[in-house]
Amino acid sequence: MSGRDVLPIVVIGGLLALIPFGVASNTLLNFLVFTLIIAIAAQGWNVLGGYGGQISFGHSAFFGTGAYATAILQVHAGVNAWLAFGLGILAGALVGLAIGALSFRAGLRGSYFALITLAFAEVFRIVANTIPLTGAATGILIKLDARPVNFQFHSRAAFFWIGLVIMLVALIATRALERSRFGAFLVALRENEDAAKALGVDTLRVKLGAITLSAAITGAAGCLYAQYFLYLDPTIAYGVWISVEALLAPIVGGLGTAFGPLIGALTLHGLGNLTSLLVGRVPGIDLVVYGILLVLVIAFAPTGLVGLAHRVRDRMRQRTALSAGAA
Amino acid sequence: MFAPDIILTAVLNGLLTGAVYALIALGLTLVYGVLHIINFAHGALLTAAMFAVLVLRLTFGLDPYLAILVLAPTFYLAGYALQRFVIGPASHGSDANILLVTLGLSIIIENALLALFRSDTRSIDVPYGFSSVDIGITLLSLPRVIAFGGALMVAALLWAFLELTDTGKAIRAVAKERLGASLVGIDVEHVYAVTFGLGTASLAVAACLLMPSFYVTPRVGNAFVLVAFTIVVLGGMGSIPGALIGGLIIGVVESLGGLYLGESLGQIGIFVIFILVLLLRPTGLFGAKA
Amino acid sequence: MLRAERITKRFGGLTAIDDVTITAPAGRITGLIGPNGAGKTTLFAIVAGFEPPSDGCVLFEDQDITTEATHRRTLRGIARTFQIVQPFGALTVRENIAVGAHLRHRARRDALIRAERIAARVGLAGELDKPAANLTVAGRKRLELGRALATEPKLLLLDEVLAGLNPSEIRDVLPVIRAIRDGGVTILMVEHVMQAVIHLCEHVYVLAEGRLIAEGAPAAVCQDSAVIEAYLGRGAAGRLSAPEPGHA
Repeated sequence: MSGRDVLPIVVIGGLLALIPFGVASNTLLNFLVFTLIIAIAAQGWNVLGGYGGQISFGHSAFFGTGAYATAILQVHAGVNAWLAFGLGILAGALVGLAIGALSFRAGLRGSYFALITLAFAEVFRIVANTIPLTGAATGILIKLDARPVNFQFHSRAAFFWIGLVIMLVALIATRALERSRFGAFLVALRENEDAAKALGVDTLRVKLGAITLSAAITGAAGCLYAQYFLYLDPTIAYGVWISVEALLAPIVGGLGTAFGPLIGALTLHGLGNLTSLLVGRVPGIDLVVYGILLVLVIAFAPTGLVGLAHRVRDRMRQRTALSAGAA
Repeated sequence: MFAPDIILTAVLNGLLTGAVYALIALGLTLVYGVLHIINFAHGALLTAAMFAVLVLRLTFGLDPYLAILVLAPTFYLAGYALQRFVIGPASHGSDANILLVTLGLSIIIENALLALFRSDTRSIDVPYGFSSVDIGITLLSLPRVIAFGGALMVAALLWAFLELTDTGKAIRAVAKERLGASLVGIDVEHVYAVTFGLGTASLAVAACLLMPSFYVTPRVGNAFVLVAFTIVVLGGMGSIPGALIGGLIIGVVESLGGLYLGESLGQIGIFVIFILVLLLRPTGLFGAKA
Repeated sequence: MLRAERITKRFGGLTAIDDVTITAPAGRITGLIGPNGAGKTTLFAIVAGFEPPSDGCVLFEDQDITTEATHRRTLRGIARTFQIVQPFGALTVRENIAVGAHLRHRARRDALIRAERIAARVGLAGELDKPAANLTVAGRKRLELGRALATEPKLLLLDEVLAGLNPSEIRDVLPVIRAIRDGGVTILMVEHVMQAVIHLCEHVYVLAEGRLIAEGAPAAVCQDSAVIEAYLGRGAAGRLSAPEPGHA
């Protein structure tokens, strides 16, 4: 991976980091932090679903585990918030590895894989809804004590910057994936698993690596959610909503591209808020827009917004080449 | 630990619920068997049907069982149109796309219902809502017994339709060998849409049978659909007898699970079965090799 | 180099392969021919590790690899092409071949450079940046070949690599295959195109209805009456060799 790969990421990160200086509105900052959390979760999903072609409908299992782990470690074990954050990511990764080991070893692909991820996420939700450790249905509350040592800040801008850093790390990791042998194998098995095997790719190992990385990133999103909102319950942590958001953003933004999830998350949530502004706070109306967008994207622009942008760029290149030839 | 008649009641109630689950799963397994797609919008369509029953009851005072006559054809047409004009064209034939398009539909339908009806729990009042049937050993709720009978009847009708009518044979032909069927002149797109319509229509019937003894919220379909998936996978994708038997088994498992583990944790039995079947015998009890 | 010994494969009640033994000596091109349904591709699948045999064993360089996973065999040096081509559609030709090159080369840049060289060897140098999905059938066949070559195999299994090519395309690919053998790679090929078999193979096995019915030099095998009958039907050998009845 060269400097040229990392530069756009750093530049965009730098630009985005300037936002809190120009914006004082808490509502907007809130929107941005929430969207970043979704984008990070989506970035994780994209590793497994976009690059690896293994579509998961249960990424909430990783999000919720990261969130609950962070919360439980702080509330019940007095662990430092930053350490709990790291351990939460680890917990998410381990759950990913476990689910992957069970599902991929059994040879599950396609719809069957999607179904089993859904089932696993539900099991987690039911367990969280029952056991006292997670606070059962009532949920778990992290005590408000807004000091940096507790990974809590008075200013939302601080959360925004931290979220941005995590997002940038995830972006750089994705870029590194793209330029690595592991990434080449991952994409190969997405395109054609049998052909990949015939070329010497240990497809089980690669899938396991992908789901672990994917779960770690999505788990990080969960940890951040817990620190920002300080409250979790089984529906928030393991609910279908985050599984859907995590897959919607990459599809709209561009499956298997580094920036797809971020662009998708911003577009979706931007549109969602716009709809709310126009139509009023009708619950569910923003998700209707998401659903329509999903169907439209699949039908007309399966490569997502990034893909569209590439097509436009290629068409413009063709036109300049033609006119240069004609001149 | 529990007295035998409590267990028996739980088992009987499980069978009653199981038959309705089976009816819900029937549509799903039929669609899978013929179109080879997993319809993720199945739960949302059920929710829509249940709200339709609610609206008909509240606006016209229409009895839910009579509503079958109105809703079954309506939902058949809706399902036909959805497959023919939305799902089919949008997915360009790719399996992954169909997965996502049906997911998109489920999001649209569910949240449109949320926007229209809010998230309150609603139920309907019928005069026989609390009546019961005395079978000697125990009392069973009348609406649920009717639902049991209704579900079995629809399953039998569906089976007869597939075995005995020309359209049914065309459907079975397409399920077995799509290319061959089209080569002998069967309009495959039409068959796909008919099958989808039948699946949706059976959901409408299930909704009419459920509403007298159940409630509805925009999210209720979600709960049912996961159970339906479990049944379809357990019974074998594409197998109607499998869906029936699977439904009864799952109904009993849920009932006994609730008895021994409590309402919340009892649900876990279903998903554990689901996961185990997927890992160990993905073709299910009666399914053909995938 | 390769020895598939007493291979038997049963699918339920059907015996697809019945006690077949073939050897692919190092540095030679060996052919496997026979009418459709003879079991050739199944035998290939067993050698490549996609199917386990019901009986018998597969030995590579005197090591028993019968139960080894496919990707392990590729690591040992067995590469195969598929009868129905399996390109990585969304990737470019260069990226496709690079996946094969990555087996022995970890660094992306190395893999990509090697991919370019291999593309030149199989005649795809002009199409390196084309998405594989846009290639013609002939191009895709060359891509299959290139990808397999990129894994630096000792043994190359070619499954009907000439199927679907027109005569001039076939004529262009033959020297490429010969050059691969000249480079030290052992080749075992399943083929229907007889001219290729006769020109390339030094030794040929004939499979019919799951059994080995003949083996030897290509010219001799093609004269063998059992072989003729397997392709053309019973009595065909007699009819073909009988003197022509005088015309009126």
